[in-house]
Amino acid sequence: MSGYAATGTLVRLALRRDRILVPVWVLALVALAGGSASSTIALYPDPAKAVEAARAAALSPAIVGMYGPIADPNNPDSIGALKTLVLGGIFLAVMACILVRRHTRSEEEAGLTELVGAGVVGRRAPLTAAVLVASVTVVVTSLLAGLSMAGAGLGLTGSLAFAAAWAGIGLAFVGVTAAAAQLTETARGCTGFAIGTLGVTYLVRAVGDTSAELGWLTWVSPIGWAEKVEVYGANRFIVALLPAVFTIALIGLAFALLERRDLGAGLVPTRPGAAVGTPSLRSPFALAWRLQRGLLIGWLVGFAIFGLVLGGIAGNVTSFVDSPQVADMLTRLGGSAGSLGDVFLSTELRFMAIGAAAYGISAALRLKSEETDLHTEQVLATSVSRRALLVGHAVIALGGSALLLLVVGAGLALGGASQFNGLRKALGHLLPAALAPIPAVWVCVGLALVVYGALPKVVVVAWALLAAFLVVGELGPLFGFPRGLVDLSPFSHGTVVPGGSVPGAPLVALALVAAALVLAAGVTFRRRDLVSS
Amino acid sequence: MSAAIEIRDLHKSFGSSVALDGLDLEVGTGEVHGFLGPNGAGKSTTLRILLGLLRADSGSVILLGGNPWTDVESLHRRLAYVPGDVTLWPTLSGGEVIDLLGRLRGGLNATKRTALVERFGLDPTKKGRTYSKGNRQKVALVAALSSDVDLLVLDEPTSGLDPLMEAIFREEIQAVRAEGRTVLLSSHILSEVEALCDRLSIIRAGRNVETGTLADLRHLTRTGIDAVLADPPVLQEISAFPGVTAARLEGDRLTCSVETTHLGDLLARLGPHGIRSLTSQPPSLEELFMDQYRRGSALTDQAAEARA
Repeated sequence: MSGYAATGTLVRLALRRDRILVPVWVLALVALAGGSASSTIALYPDPAKAVEAARAAALSPAIVGMYGPIADPNNPDSIGALKTLVLGGIFLAVMACILVRRHTRSEEEAGLTELVGAGVVGRRAPLTAAVLVASVTVVVTSLLAGLSMAGAGLGLTGSLAFAAAWAGIGLAFVGVTAAAAQLTETARGCTGFAIGTLGVTYLVRAVGDTSAELGWLTWVSPIGWAEKVEVYGANRFIVALLPAVFTIALIGLAFALLERRDLGAGLVPTRPGAAVGTPSLRSPFALAWRLQRGLLIGWLVGFAIFGLVLGGIAGNVTSFVDSPQVADMLTRLGGSAGSLGDVFLSTELRFMAIGAAAYGISAALRLKSEETDLHTEQVLATSVSRRALLVGHAVIALGGSALLLLVVGAGLALGGASQFNGLRKALGHLLPAALAPIPAVWVCVGLALVVYGALPKVVVVAWALLAAFLVVGELGPLFGFPRGLVDLSPFSHGTVVPGGSVPGAPLVALALVAAALVLAAGVTFRRRDLVSS
Repeated sequence: MSAAIEIRDLHKSFGSSVALDGLDLEVGTGEVHGFLGPNGAGKSTTLRILLGLLRADSGSVILLGGNPWTDVESLHRRLAYVPGDVTLWPTLSGGEVIDLLGRLRGGLNATKRTALVERFGLDPTKKGRTYSKGNRQKVALVAALSSDVDLLVLDEPTSGLDPLMEAIFREEIQAVRAEGRTVLLSSHILSEVEALCDRLSIIRAGRNVETGTLADLRHLTRTGIDAVLADPPVLQEISAFPGVTAARLEGDRLTCSVETTHLGDLLARLGPHGIRSLTSQPPSLEELFMDQYRRGSALTDQAAEARA
């Protein structure tokens, strides 16, 4: 076989570039799995109570819709993996996606593959190296995660099954991203395709898990396969072969696509554009909109689908028995009291708010990539002020993230209209809860803007802050963090369960913080040098 | 002639690396000013400070009568910039980029735009990511040249252009000069500098080494001499003549190089020895710049002495 020359060198290059990213990510995921297991054991010191909770959870479509089914409710260990199998698997898949993209399409877009490819480097070597690095990272992470769960006191076989299930999800998305990197011309497009696929697989299994007639849907989702391993139940390792085969097939597809395309190109050739700019393309905001609209529309479609599907699931949820054990468990795992359907929706809404914040941060940080790509230099050499440039992108980040939550609220209401006696009542019940996190999301966007304004070389801090908010706010109650720490997350303030009354003061306070952050971003950006690398 | 650009004792460091170390630069209104120096000399840093993209550590910079850091919006209506690295938005067509940059500057001349697209043979419908380096450069040039601004700041504007396009570029710059507008042209292409520039400044390691017309600069350098003498003096005597270096004597044939200011003096001293034939070789542009780039600081001192 030819085409693989220098793969080893490229693997070493990738490891050199990732020497901080990969260990941090691996440790975080392992800590998530192990920490979650041990804190659940602490929550349910009596196995009988754990079994009781597991039985109740297994009967609750809300829990199943969110976290997947419980393989064996009679095994107390199963509660320890409930929250991490699917959710943690998603984080693992995101890591796999970023790792593969980073060493394939991003490199190609930057012209580095051309530079490297002119050496004695096989045509297949860059993709092979990326797939190897990502796959080994996924397998090692999964194995360590499984071992850390066993170390926390859960059964060894079940923990290894957990590792196999997790590795399956991660590997599947190594394959998906490898193929996506061949299809799209840009790294952004590659991420959109891979993360979009991840969202679809999550939803497909959620529908499959909660519906009697559509149960087969779980079998077409890589996340569903992880559930079918039945960790801490039947421990069917054989099912983990499914994602392995799937991954090999996708990587084969990626290589086949690679052979059929030119370097730097995708499969779809670029169409010619307009010979003149439309009259509206005349302001920094118009430019920002032109650059960002595709991404925003993609997110809006995704959020609308999520809202509709989750709203539909929530419709089923309340028709089931409202069990006090489930409510108790949800509360302990980091939810709040309320009707079961509302608790389910409020949990989902918190994650959607984190998602909207992630969108807002990435939209705000477009400023950074514009600057690194030397586009900002050209714009600022015209009579555009730095403030106008910043405001253009900030408006899209702030407005877009708010719009996402509006869309998800409307989607939930539309999907769940039947159980709320009509759309109007559904909107009245759900919209306030969907919109309440907007100021918290804006604080995250404001932080990203300030980091860009003041510390453009370390904009990754904005993502680290979001991750920290996610950990302390969402997982803090599960890990038993002190209240003061949990309150550091803006998402801990002002968010309400659907039907709850929206508190004004915390929301106004958060909005003021966000406004101050945006102002500070303008001041700091105005005073610094442009960074050209 | 009032100055379009006036820089005095400009300093700029990035962390511990010093980019500009007391730079002076003066560009008169209406002149095409060449801005030269070896890689890393600080040319692009200077241009970025002029554009308000970087903030000077110390020194004074006056651009079109204003402060480039604080008067961004008003000044930038009056200038156009072609960056050294032209990167276009991958999803915008060349035509869209030209119109966008023109409008952001405050408007462009539609007649000029059409004519320039035609002259440079640019396909304005291609998307940014599909242009070659030369064509990206053309997009930036058309965007800058199709505006009626007072000052053009051009950072190696012809890198990647083919000779035909380079010739068109020169014609366009000559037309800009004929309109009385100012151009600051950073370039490594000496023939381009020679053809276009009224005056030029050479910088090295963040300082100005030399400023003047090409004729002034030629004056500061050496002329090669190849002479056959009827009665040659001893070599030591020739080497001791002012301004003479690298003297060699082979029989009756003398080769040496002499500072151009001392050329007449040398000829006068050689006259009594019976000059049978004489070739004097003025320095080529290349030699001139190599000399300046390599020995820049030493020459400055010499020039300063000469002026004193």
